[in-house]
Amino acid sequence: MAETSQVDERIKDISPLRRALIRPELGGIVGTVAVFTLFLLFAFDSGMFNTQGVMNWSTVSAQFMIIAVGACLLMIAGEFDLSVGSMIGFAGMMIAVFGVVLAWPMWMAIIITFVICTALGALNGWIVVRTGLPSFIVTLAFLFILRGFTIYIPQTVENKTIIGGIRDAAEGDWLAWLFGGKIAQPVFHWLGDMGIIAVFERGSRTGEPVVDGIPMLIVWAIALVIFGHILLTRTRFGNWIFAAGGDADAARNSGVPVNRVKILMFMFTAFCATVLAVCQVMEFGSAGADRGLLKEFEAIIAVVIGGALLTGGYGSVIGAALGALIFGVVQQGLFFAGVESSLFRVFLGVILLFAVILNTYIRRIITGER
Amino acid sequence: MGDPIIRMKDIEKHFGSVIALAGVSVDVHAGECHCLLGDNGAGKSTFIKTMSGVHKPTKGEIIFEGQPLDFADPRDAIAAGIATVHQHLAMIPLMSVSRNFFMGNEPMKKRFGISFFDHDYANEVTMREMKQMGINLRGPDQAVGTLSGGERQTVAIARAVHFGAKVLILDEPTSALGVRQTANVLATVDKVRKQGIAVVFITHNVRHAMAVGDRFTVLNRGKTFGTANKGEITPEELQDMMAGGQELATLEGSLGGTV
Repeated sequence: MAETSQVDERIKDISPLRRALIRPELGGIVGTVAVFTLFLLFAFDSGMFNTQGVMNWSTVSAQFMIIAVGACLLMIAGEFDLSVGSMIGFAGMMIAVFGVVLAWPMWMAIIITFVICTALGALNGWIVVRTGLPSFIVTLAFLFILRGFTIYIPQTVENKTIIGGIRDAAEGDWLAWLFGGKIAQPVFHWLGDMGIIAVFERGSRTGEPVVDGIPMLIVWAIALVIFGHILLTRTRFGNWIFAAGGDADAARNSGVPVNRVKILMFMFTAFCATVLAVCQVMEFGSAGADRGLLKEFEAIIAVVIGGALLTGGYGSVIGAALGALIFGVVQQGLFFAGVESSLFRVFLGVILLFAVILNTYIRRIITGER
Repeated sequence: MGDPIIRMKDIEKHFGSVIALAGVSVDVHAGECHCLLGDNGAGKSTFIKTMSGVHKPTKGEIIFEGQPLDFADPRDAIAAGIATVHQHLAMIPLMSVSRNFFMGNEPMKKRFGISFFDHDYANEVTMREMKQMGINLRGPDQAVGTLSGGERQTVAIARAVHFGAKVLILDEPTSALGVRQTANVLATVDKVRKQGIAVVFITHNVRHAMAVGDRFTVLNRGKTFGTANKGEITPEELQDMMAGGQELATLEGSLGGTV
């Protein structure tokens, strides 16, 4: 390219550093390296980096990752969803109501829950594009509506706010395994037999590895990140997501179906929240009315740390995934390092502020604004 | 001259009790630049929106390539080859030039039965088209936000031409630009016209119109005030027609001939 076009004297060569700054993932990469360096230095002996430790923060990170992928694509499409946390609680409660209270087969309970929750996502999106109201307000309303139902329904049908018995109801169900099961168990057993990873030394499970497989939660997180990344960067629909968030009117003028893109992204966000909810109820064996509290903000923070602009039109799924990883590692790392866990919130606030300031600066570089 | 590629006959457009267009007739030939002039409120915007399928005319006929036309929405017009380049709402600053260029017309390639955005093809075409229009990009991934206003207009025009526009409607492409950028856009218009595309150039700047126009139609209060060929009219006469003659003459007197 350089040899064919003559050089315009007004186009300055940009330094590799500046070029790297324009990549949305930069903040996430720097943050991840910093966080790992810090904990490797100060908490290496705490058990954080043995098999159980790694599985511990990987699981927590994967939880953040699943909802961050949805929030990321939605934010790039120019909208927010504040009802993610309530959706997690609501979806879990639906599983319990259908699968335990009504005693439907678990696969049916899961499928119906997915249908209801993505339909609610579509309703969110439809109201936003129809009324032109900020998604902030519309989804704030759904934050309360869904949370209210999540508390009301179990109290009405069971007189309590937690419904248990899900693990028994899901026993042997093929679809439930997809959310609550584990993979690669033979590998972990082999590693245990070889003495590479820790095994139980006492009790009924003596000889079995302490970590006996990779939870499906982590598989879902990785699959969703890969799906989201390819969708955003390598497909026509991805181009439409950027366009819808960058400038909805310009996108419409070029024939991009902006409303459809936005509604589909609201549905995808609801889908991600439901995935996390189902994984959670399968893991805990119960659905609680307070599940998912504040998750919407944690998802948004992970996305912003990952380099997405709050105003839409710019961001990266890989960045959001790294933001979620930073989250999980710090939250669990502070625990391993014996630091008071309330300081995690202080850390969140500080890093959020830094990320937003950095993103604003990067935006100026990209668009040449001053 | 042969038959015009598009002919608008006695177009009327009413919005409720407001008559925005009260019988406008314009025809445009392939390879000519037809300038549409008029002061604010003359009905220029309504007229081009009728031409590009946004509004349906209340009365009147649109004949495109010899056939009467009936567009349901702007996409029909784009598919038929009538492209509009809007002053502001054309490009997305945060997206790369190549993503913008193919926005809504993404090239696809199949891999494992799934359609993917063909970035290699998009980048190659973007670089080639930009070079032809005289814009030197750092790379196809350069964000549109780093381009000047004139360059953005040029990208938008190049995009419309690349996707097979036969009639190109330019809505005040020079109104927000500096002298140098305006010259670049006018040069682009000239290039496009020479490729045999009919250009409808909307402006209220007489000098910009005179620089590239082959014919000039002045709109005033929703009516065609008259059409003149290049060389048959002076800038002063055009200016007078736009402002409704009389009143401007009086104004001009009090301003000492500066308008």
